[in-house]
Amino acid sequence: MMDRLYLIATIAGQPVAIRASAIDSVVDIGEVTPVPRAPAHVAGLAALRSRVLTIICCDRALGLPAPARRSTRGVVVAIDGHHYGLLVSAIDDACVIEDDVRPVRTRLDAGWDKVAVGMIDFGEETLLLIDPSRLIAGPDALAA
Amino acid sequence: MDDLLSEFIAETRETLEALTGEVIAWEADPTDRARLDSIFRFVHTVKGSCGFLDLPRFEKLSHAAEDVLAELREGVRQPDVQLVSAVLAVIDRIGELTEALEAGETVPGDDEHLIAALRAETVARTQVVAVPQQVHQVRAPVRSIRIPLDLLDRLMSGVSDTVLARNELARRLRHIDEPGMEAAFERLSTCVAEMRDSITRTRMQRIEKLFSALPRMVRDLSADLGKQVDLEIDGSDVELDREMIELIRDPLTHIIRNAVDHGIELPAARAAAGKPAAGRLQVTARQSGNQIVIEIVDDGRGIDDKKLVARAVAAGVIRADTGDSMSSDERAALIFSPGLSTADAVSAISGRGVGMDVVRANIERIGGVIDLENRPGQGLKLLIRVPLTLTIIAALTVTAGDQGFAIPRSAIEEICHDGGGAIRIDHLGGSSVATIRGRTLPLVNLETVLGLPGDIAQRGRTLVVLRAGFGCTYALGVGAVHDHEELVIKPASPAIMSAGVYAGKSLPDSGVPMLLLDVAGIADVAGIAEDDLASVSAAPAPVEVERQDLVSTLLFRDAGGHRRAIRLALVERIEDLASAQVSHSGGCMRIAVDGRILPLLGLDRTPETADIKIIRLNDGAVELAYAIDDVIDIIAAPVRPDAPSRDERFAGVLLVDGVQVELLDPLYLFSRANEDRSVSADGPLCLIADADDPWMREILHPLVQAAGYRVAFADDAAGAAADVLIVGDSSAPVEGAAGASVLRLLPDRPLKGDDGVYRYDRLAVLDALERTARRAA
Repeated sequence: MMDRLYLIATIAGQPVAIRASAIDSVVDIGEVTPVPRAPAHVAGLAALRSRVLTIICCDRALGLPAPARRSTRGVVVAIDGHHYGLLVSAIDDACVIEDDVRPVRTRLDAGWDKVAVGMIDFGEETLLLIDPSRLIAGPDALAA
Repeated sequence: MDDLLSEFIAETRETLEALTGEVIAWEADPTDRARLDSIFRFVHTVKGSCGFLDLPRFEKLSHAAEDVLAELREGVRQPDVQLVSAVLAVIDRIGELTEALEAGETVPGDDEHLIAALRAETVARTQVVAVPQQVHQVRAPVRSIRIPLDLLDRLMSGVSDTVLARNELARRLRHIDEPGMEAAFERLSTCVAEMRDSITRTRMQRIEKLFSALPRMVRDLSADLGKQVDLEIDGSDVELDREMIELIRDPLTHIIRNAVDHGIELPAARAAAGKPAAGRLQVTARQSGNQIVIEIVDDGRGIDDKKLVARAVAAGVIRADTGDSMSSDERAALIFSPGLSTADAVSAISGRGVGMDVVRANIERIGGVIDLENRPGQGLKLLIRVPLTLTIIAALTVTAGDQGFAIPRSAIEEICHDGGGAIRIDHLGGSSVATIRGRTLPLVNLETVLGLPGDIAQRGRTLVVLRAGFGCTYALGVGAVHDHEELVIKPASPAIMSAGVYAGKSLPDSGVPMLLLDVAGIADVAGIAEDDLASVSAAPAPVEVERQDLVSTLLFRDAGGHRRAIRLALVERIEDLASAQVSHSGGCMRIAVDGRILPLLGLDRTPETADIKIIRLNDGAVELAYAIDDVIDIIAAPVRPDAPSRDERFAGVLLVDGVQVELLDPLYLFSRANEDRSVSADGPLCLIADADDPWMREILHPLVQAAGYRVAFADDAAGAAADVLIVGDSSAPVEGAAGASVLRLLPDRPLKGDDGVYRYDRLAVLDALERTARRAA
């Protein structure tokens, strides 16, 4: 059941699916402390209780310009022992999708191509399934 | 089953670590029944467990070892070097198999030859080459349970959460005025602090974990090299953060290897040098405050610092003239510079040097410091200091562009303020250097490195002098320095580390995340690589000039509470005196000390306190004491005071950290002290031509008088009978002293043919005065 549970969120105007098993929590991100010299997709650091999250701007991670106003919705994921907050435009839903994930059958823009691991049908829509660790790696690593 | 297996692996590994020391100790003393028993118990346990777990290779090995050890216990066989090596080999193989088992791999090859070696009867007894001994191991049964590390980490973060919640509560409580609340809150705070303390301690391990592997390593190494080494280990029970232990392992291993390989000589060479055949290697650990100090001392040949310098000059690490001016320890410390770390360098310098730069870098990365004391031909002592734990470090918080950053205190040499005259900043071809007390350092502005806004050109900024590694010292300009804080540091994510200037992140009590700066990374990013640094510090010319212009000056608070200064060269010593030794006698203040009476200046009445502090001054002829309240500092101050003095007591006014400080005039002090010696009524009379020249009146007059002359000025009627007439360069002609011999004083050093004496050369002036006076008589 858990591995068929997905979080539906909007990144750069596009609804996407993320496996719920990869997600720690969904929170509101408050003050973000900038990290000078960090890659552009790192928005900074934010405190979540005693934890310090590395905040990732998903738009920048896709190689797109940052949104005019920073979103406050964050998807918290833990990768290799580090906690990250992925800034998304909106959290739309969390639901179980019984259908299997299909390979991406179309040509995507470079940024999307690197973070998408498949496609999945959700109601009337077809969504891209996103791997958060690829978002965190950032556009430079993606291009490589 | 999996649980049983992992339990077996963990237990075997743990016993193995403890066991290596036992085997070596047993080899050194084969009659030690207790050691033999514990080795026997180990193989017996392994045999028992692995039969149950179906691990045939383990079983065969342990079975064979158990048989041999049983024979030894019964006295059927006697232990010798080959047998001990065979047992060690089996134990090693068990270790390898254990690691492989955990990783799910297999160890290639079979174990038959190992088992055969155990059974082989020794034909001839060989001499034991290595004699490692005296392994101080205190084994008390400890009640313990095994806990997964991530559980401990979770506990730790839970406590950190509690601390944050407590801080939040504290902020809110400030607005509530309820009796008893404060006491209750205090109690909660104490509990939380205690809990944090004990959880931190759960992450601690005895350094024994690290030390127990040393006897074996030293034994194997010395046996390979044909050397004899006595290893002494002390302080195994010192506790250290488990992460820290892992991080010290490599550097320590490296140092011990070097000591045995390059430090301790072959027995014949030792005998020739008059040392015992067996070299001594001492490894000790002790706790000192919130640091652990590890000392590695050997009595080998030490570092040949002269050869090392030659090598360093050849490698371009330092300049030839720099090498001459270095102290012997500084020269030996060159061993830490990267240019000298190649294997080729080692054979060339007959010293150590294999990757000592790496050792230093590793120690410094964890906030530690490494030092050495070299006694060429006698041995070497290396001192490693590391913080108790990686997670909590003492840090200085600073701001740049309104954002806070932390700097590890261990990297900070000093903090100074660009305000007074003590710091000079020069901009050279796009970069900046700061000259602090004659030392020229590259200047890096934190805002520039981080690309933050900030008025870095403005004066009055704070400079933090950082040591980023050997020879890499630089000044970091920051917006402001905030506070010294103990911070819980966590590793930062790879995305942040990729910036290259951070060492970790922290969440201080303010609740705003803060980044810990990587001082070496900043040097890197700022482009002050060590080569550049070498060129800055190897340019001795400006530094030397700077040094000549500055003299050591004692800064003190006088009895009246004023900040005053005196040239350090005049100060003989500073001492405390009972007030009873001070009295107003014979018209002035005097002290009785060392069976003599000395004039006391700087105080005009008997002190009310029980004792006073004095500075004792001595100019070679006259001694005196000057009363002070306390010493403030010793500073390097310019030779020429920043402003002249109109008061004869002072030579001028210095600007120290933005505060005006009067510099005592030694001539005045000594002349005052000399007033005691009454001027003899029939002494030669000296006529000074320029009564209006302040130098003549204020400086020369007391000097001449102190030398025992009567003094008259040109407008005095008494001047007519003068024996000596002193004239300056531009003195008006003096009439009425026809019988006097003339002494001419010049404001500059006389050139050849000039008639006269340089007026600042006190000895020459007195000497000339005496000769002139004699001529007149």
